[in-house]
Amino acid sequence: MAGKGRGVAAFTFNIDALGIGRGNMPEARVGPSPLFPTTEFKPVPLKGGEEEDYMLALKQELRGAMQRLPHNIKACSSKTEVEKYTERYLKQAQINSEEWTPDWNLFPKELMPQSKKRRIKKGTKTKTVKKLKEDKANVLSKLDELAKKDENPEKSDEETEKKAEDDEEIEEEELEEDIEEENDYIESYFDNGEDFAAESDDNMDGEATY
Amino acid sequence: MTAQEVRLCGLLLQEHFGEVVEKVGRNLLKSGTQNLRAIVHETGLSVDLVKKSLCVLVQHGACSFIQGRKGPGSPTEYKAHCDRVLRILRYPRYIYTAKTLYGDTGELIIEELLQRGHMTMSNTVKTVADRLTQSMDEGSSMDYGEVSATFSKLVETHFLQRCPPAAGAGTTGSSQTANSTSAAPASSTAPTPESFPDCYRVPQVTLIGRSKRSLASEEGEDQRNAKKAKMDPETHGDEGIYWQVNFERFHQHFRDQTIISAVANKLDQTSSEIVRTMLRMSEVTTSSTAPCTKPLSANEIFRSLPATYNIPRHILDQYLTLLVDDPMEFVGKAGESGGGMYIVNLNQALANLARATLESIVQERFGSRSARIFRLLLRKRHLEQKQVEDFAMIPAKEAKDMLYTLLSQNLVQLQEIPKTPDFAPSRTFYLYTVNQLPTARLLLQNCYKTVANLMERRLFEAKESKRLLEKSQRIEAILASLQASGAEPEQLTEVEEMITAPEKQQLDSLRLHVNKLDSAENQVDETIFLLESYISSSTKPTS
Repeated sequence: MAGKGRGVAAFTFNIDALGIGRGNMPEARVGPSPLFPTTEFKPVPLKGGEEEDYMLALKQELRGAMQRLPHNIKACSSKTEVEKYTERYLKQAQINSEEWTPDWNLFPKELMPQSKKRRIKKGTKTKTVKKLKEDKANVLSKLDELAKKDENPEKSDEETEKKAEDDEEIEEEELEEDIEEENDYIESYFDNGEDFAAESDDNMDGEATY
Repeated sequence: MTAQEVRLCGLLLQEHFGEVVEKVGRNLLKSGTQNLRAIVHETGLSVDLVKKSLCVLVQHGACSFIQGRKGPGSPTEYKAHCDRVLRILRYPRYIYTAKTLYGDTGELIIEELLQRGHMTMSNTVKTVADRLTQSMDEGSSMDYGEVSATFSKLVETHFLQRCPPAAGAGTTGSSQTANSTSAAPASSTAPTPESFPDCYRVPQVTLIGRSKRSLASEEGEDQRNAKKAKMDPETHGDEGIYWQVNFERFHQHFRDQTIISAVANKLDQTSSEIVRTMLRMSEVTTSSTAPCTKPLSANEIFRSLPATYNIPRHILDQYLTLLVDDPMEFVGKAGESGGGMYIVNLNQALANLARATLESIVQERFGSRSARIFRLLLRKRHLEQKQVEDFAMIPAKEAKDMLYTLLSQNLVQLQEIPKTPDFAPSRTFYLYTVNQLPTARLLLQNCYKTVANLMERRLFEAKESKRLLEKSQRIEAILASLQASGAEPEQLTEVEEMITAPEKQQLDSLRLHVNKLDSAENQVDETIFLLESYISSSTKPTS
C-alpha cells in the first residue's frame, strides 16, 4: 500500500517488532517464481535392498496382471476407422480372454445388462432399418385388412409378432448394425418369405408354392 | 476429497482398470453421491460402459450404493470411496507381508483377492492351488487341503474377512448368507463388516482333492478345458459367501512393525523383542482404535518372551524401566501389581513417529539449522522472533531468513496476540508457532502430489519410448519361441543383433528410470501410511 509519508515507504505497523530494518527488505519480485526452482539440498537416495526389489517386482507384475483381467475395461474404438493390420490380431486375443459376471445378489439390479441380444436371435425375420418405417405403415394397414378378412389365423399371429418386433427394433437400431455388417449380401437380395407373403397378401394362395 | 487426492485416484484407476473406469470414478469422486442417469449424463459415455465400470468399482469395494434417499421409489445412488482407491498404492506391501507371515501360499491368496476384489473361498483355493502347481516340479501338485488350511489361518488372524451382505441390493431375506442378522433394506448407514457376528467364521467347504496340473498350452487343450469348466459347475457349499482383505488388520500389523523397528533403532535388539512380545500378547485383546494396549504385568511378559531370549528377570525389569523413562514414551507404566503393569502407548508412539517424520522432512528440504528452529518451535510452542534467535543460537539475520522461508511454506504459523483491542501492529505480540496436526495434513497432501507426479513422469517416459519398447518385446517373443523350438546359437545371436547397441543403452536407461520411479512410489507410500495413521488416530474420538 502506498504510504503517505512524503515519498518514503511507510508501513502500518512498527517494523522493529518483527525485527527487520528498513534496509533488510528482500528484493521486489520481477515476475512469477520459476517453475522448477533450483534446490539447495538434494533428496536422500532411495532405499535399495532385497525387500524393496521384491516389492518393486510385485508392483510391476500386479500392474501387468490387472491390465489383463476382465476388470480392465477398454473403450471400444469407433468402427468407421480403417482397421490396422495389427489391431485385428489384438482383437482376437481380447476375445479369447475370460468374461466376468458379478454375483447379482450383491449388486443393484439396475446394473445388470439388459438382455437385448435375445430379442435379436428370436427375430430371424428381421427387417432393415430403412425399410422399417415404410413397412410399419404397410403392416398396420394389412393388419386391419386381415382383421376384417379373418383369414389364416397363423399368418395374423406372425404379422403381429413381426409388428411387435418392428416396434422393438426401432429402439435398438444400434444393435442391428452388427448384424448388417456381418452380411456381405445386399439387403434387397435377401428374400424373406414373410415380406413376400405380406406384400402380396391377396395372391397368397397362388404363390406359396415357390 | 482434495484435488491432489482426486488426481492420484484418477491415475491409479487408469493404470489398473482402464480409462473408462477412470472417467466414471473421477466423476463420482468429484461430485459425491450420484445416481446412474446423472453419471451417464456427466461423463458422456454409453450406459453400458457406465454400468460395467460401476460393477467393477463395486466389486473392488471402491464404490458403494444405497437406495435412494428421497423415498422408496427413487433410484440407487452411488458413492466412491477415495481412501479405498488410494489403498491400491499399498498392494505390494500387503502381498509382501503375507509372504513373510504365511509363505508363498499366503502371498498368492492375498494377491488373488486383491486382484479380484472379493471371491468365494472355494474359488480362491482352486485358483491358488493351480498357480502353485504350475510353479512346482513335474509330477507333483498342490493339495487343496493345504491351501484351505492357510486360508483358515488367515481368517483366524483376521487378515481376511467376509464381505457384508449389501443392504440395498434388492434381494430381501437372502437366506444364502446366514449372517444377515439385520436385513433392513432402508437403512441409511452402510453396515461395516465387523458388525456381523459371523464375520470371521470359515464356512464348511467341501473341497477335497488336488489341483490338476494344466498341460503345456495347446489351443485344443485350452478349448477342451474351457468347455469342461462350463459343463460341470461344482458347488462347494459356500455360494454367496465372499471374502475380502481386511486392510485395517494389515495396517495394525504395519503400525506394530514400525514401533518395533523404531525401538530397535533407538535402544537395542532386546528391548525391541520385549516390545514385540507385548504387542503380540495384546493383539487379540486390543481393538484397532484403542489409544494404548491393555496393561500387562511384568510376570506375564517374562513368561511370554521367546525362548531364544534367555534374559534373567531383573534384567527384564531394568529394560522395562529404561523403556518407560525414554522420552519417546513408547511404553508406559500403569500400576505396580504383578511386578509392574506396563502398556504400550500406541497413539503417543504414532504421534512421536509422525513428529520425527516432519522434523526429518524439514531437515532434508531446508537444512539442519532450519530443522533446529522447527524442533524448537515444536517443543516450546510459541516463541517471539527474538527468543527464536536466542534459543536456536543462530545469528539474527539468518534466523529471520529461515523463519520466513518456513513461514512462506506454511510449516510455521504466526499468532497475533493484541495488547489493545484495535490490533495496532506496534502494540501486538507476534509469536511463531508450529501445530503438528495441520502440518501433518499439509505434508500428507504433498505426499499425494509427489506420488501423482512420479506416476505421470513414469507414464511419460514409457510413452516416449513406446516404439522402442514394442520392438524389444517382439524380439523377446521371437527369441523365446526360437529357444523353445530349439534353434542354433547363430540364429539367436542374429535375432539379438536386431537391437542395435545405442538402442540397447536407451532401453537400459529407460528401465532404470522406470524402476527408480516405481520404487520411489512404494517408499513415499510408507510415509503416507505413517502420516495417515497419525491423523486418523488423533482425530478419532477416544472412548
